[in-house]
Amino acid sequence: MTDPATGINADNIDSQDGPSCSLEVVLEARDVSKSYVLDEVVVDALSDVTLEVCRGEMLAIMGPSGSGKSTLMHIVGLLDHPTSGIVTIDGEDVSHMAPNALAAVRNKRIGFVFQSFNLLARTSALTNVELPLVYSGISGGERARRARAALERVGLGERLGHMPNQLSGGQQQRVAIARALVTEPSIVLADEPTGNLDSKSGVEVMKILQGLNAQGITVVIVTHDARVARHAQRVVHIADGRIVLNEAVECRIMAGDGQGAVAELEADAASLSVNQTAVPR
Amino acid sequence: MNLLESFRIAVRALSANKVRSALTMLGVIIGVAAVILLVSIGTGVQSQITGQIAGLGSNLLFVIPGKIGGGGGGPEAGAGKKFTLDDVAYLQTRLGADNRVIPELAGAADLRLHNQTMNGQIAASNENVADAALGTLQSGRWYARGEVVGASRVAVIGSNVRDTLFPGQDPIGATLDVNGQPFRVIGLLEKKGGGLGGSQDNLVGIPITTAQQLLGSRDISELLVRVNDAKNVDATKALTEIALRPRYSDQFTVFTQAQTLSLLGTILGTLTAMLAGLASISLLVGGIGIMNIMLVSVSERTREIGIRKAVGARTYDILSQFVIEAIVLSLLGGTVGILVGAGGALALSAFVATKVTFWAVALAFLFSAAVGVFFGVYPAWRASRLDPIVALRYE
Repeated sequence: MTDPATGINADNIDSQDGPSCSLEVVLEARDVSKSYVLDEVVVDALSDVTLEVCRGEMLAIMGPSGSGKSTLMHIVGLLDHPTSGIVTIDGEDVSHMAPNALAAVRNKRIGFVFQSFNLLARTSALTNVELPLVYSGISGGERARRARAALERVGLGERLGHMPNQLSGGQQQRVAIARALVTEPSIVLADEPTGNLDSKSGVEVMKILQGLNAQGITVVIVTHDARVARHAQRVVHIADGRIVLNEAVECRIMAGDGQGAVAELEADAASLSVNQTAVPR
Repeated sequence: MNLLESFRIAVRALSANKVRSALTMLGVIIGVAAVILLVSIGTGVQSQITGQIAGLGSNLLFVIPGKIGGGGGGPEAGAGKKFTLDDVAYLQTRLGADNRVIPELAGAADLRLHNQTMNGQIAASNENVADAALGTLQSGRWYARGEVVGASRVAVIGSNVRDTLFPGQDPIGATLDVNGQPFRVIGLLEKKGGGLGGSQDNLVGIPITTAQQLLGSRDISELLVRVNDAKNVDATKALTEIALRPRYSDQFTVFTQAQTLSLLGTILGTLTAMLAGLASISLLVGGIGIMNIMLVSVSERTREIGIRKAVGARTYDILSQFVIEAIVLSLLGGTVGILVGAGGALALSAFVATKVTFWAVALAFLFSAAVGVFFGVYPAWRASRLDPIVALRYE
């Protein structure tokens, strides 16, 4: 990571000094690297990435495909382990935890939303949403009650018994969000949550994610889409496995607030951000 | 998470994938049922035939033409010169009246009463027929010496013949046609059940002299000697051999019951082994079926494991789910397989003797269960050790 001391001019400052946390850091990746061996060639997916996510913020990690943005999310979400570097959640170093301890952290503190939904096939919406609670050891009645509440929260209270293949893509993604919420995690990580959805369903999903954030849940979205990224308060740009830009969003899009496509186009036309900070590579 | 919860998860996963569960169970069912059924036929036939021989009594000698055993040649029964009724009289004289010499002649019979016909088997003997253990009289009588000497056309019929030609009637005194000749029924045998080479209940017992006329033959198939006392079996055997040697040289064989049982045991043991071999092929095919369905579903299940791990399942949770799934499938499939196999054996017992044996049930069940559990759990165990994201992206 960049040493501020080597900065060439005053504008070249470490990302920590860009838009940063006024509150506590809920999730942190420090000097995280990830390399794969692919056909006997070592590929660096991430190189010394340092990222802080503040409690209650909505952050977008944006970059083109292959930039390492998903890998970063998987590592901070404890779905993958870094080659080197440290991940802390709520200030606790989780990098060297045993697999079962990591499972407990994923279960209690993190909710995931995937591009491809990743619901259990041929299993009802309610049962899918109950799944994390099963592994937290919460028993039948309480489990069903909480799962129903989570589904109602994403507007699917009428579709508890539907199988994934009886639901539209947008509805499936809302089931996935309900599943992410049901354990009341402090962080929801969403990997291209609108990637497989039509624009209308995408707006609905972003609206739900913004709603969750408004209720105090930290939301991290990984996307390649600048418009999706502008639903967040802050965007971290990533390319070739490095963070290249850390900016606060100037004209934040509030999904489904009635301004519709026109407002979004205007937002597109606006400059990316005034308050942006380039991160030297 | 406790075991009950693991059990619920496993059952839910099984019922969510009914086709996969059913196909896996089918492999277990086929393997278990095939082994039970085929082995039950082998052991059933074996125990029935040895039981029949044993039921004849330990004081019986079998004298058959041809040289059997000794040297590299296999059985050559029937290859030697056939015995005649003259030999019967001669041997009876040599062995004394205490021991009874019983000739036997078998042949096919076309039975007819009015327009009703059936295939039966002629079992002919002399006045000592009651000692030949052809069956137990239910009513009527066996033919007497006078009827043998006079080649009378009298017949003792099996229960099947009665049921077919005289349904619901008393056949004693009635007349039926055997190979076109009219015979008077003088006796009826009790029902005996199936055996090799057709049912024992299709018998038509007639005097051997009559049978020789009917079949146009002067031969007899074999001789039995009912020894007066089981203690004298070996001595009588030696005496029989001495008596027959001048006439037949070494081209005949005398068996005691024990020797017959041991020879039959060898032959029938081979039959059972052959059926068990066929059954083990079914077991293998069933096992391959289980293996296929499990391996085909590995990618889907690996993703499922990825999802479960992503939301907080521990390795233990995954493993216990898959172990329980495999055990439930194996138990269900094994139970259905046992029921199908035993039911099939019961249904087949109308045609051929069957006997369900514990070792066949246990072997088939354990093998199928082992295949099911291994191919159900091993891929899951591997997947449960992957990073969740690797499992989620598995293809």
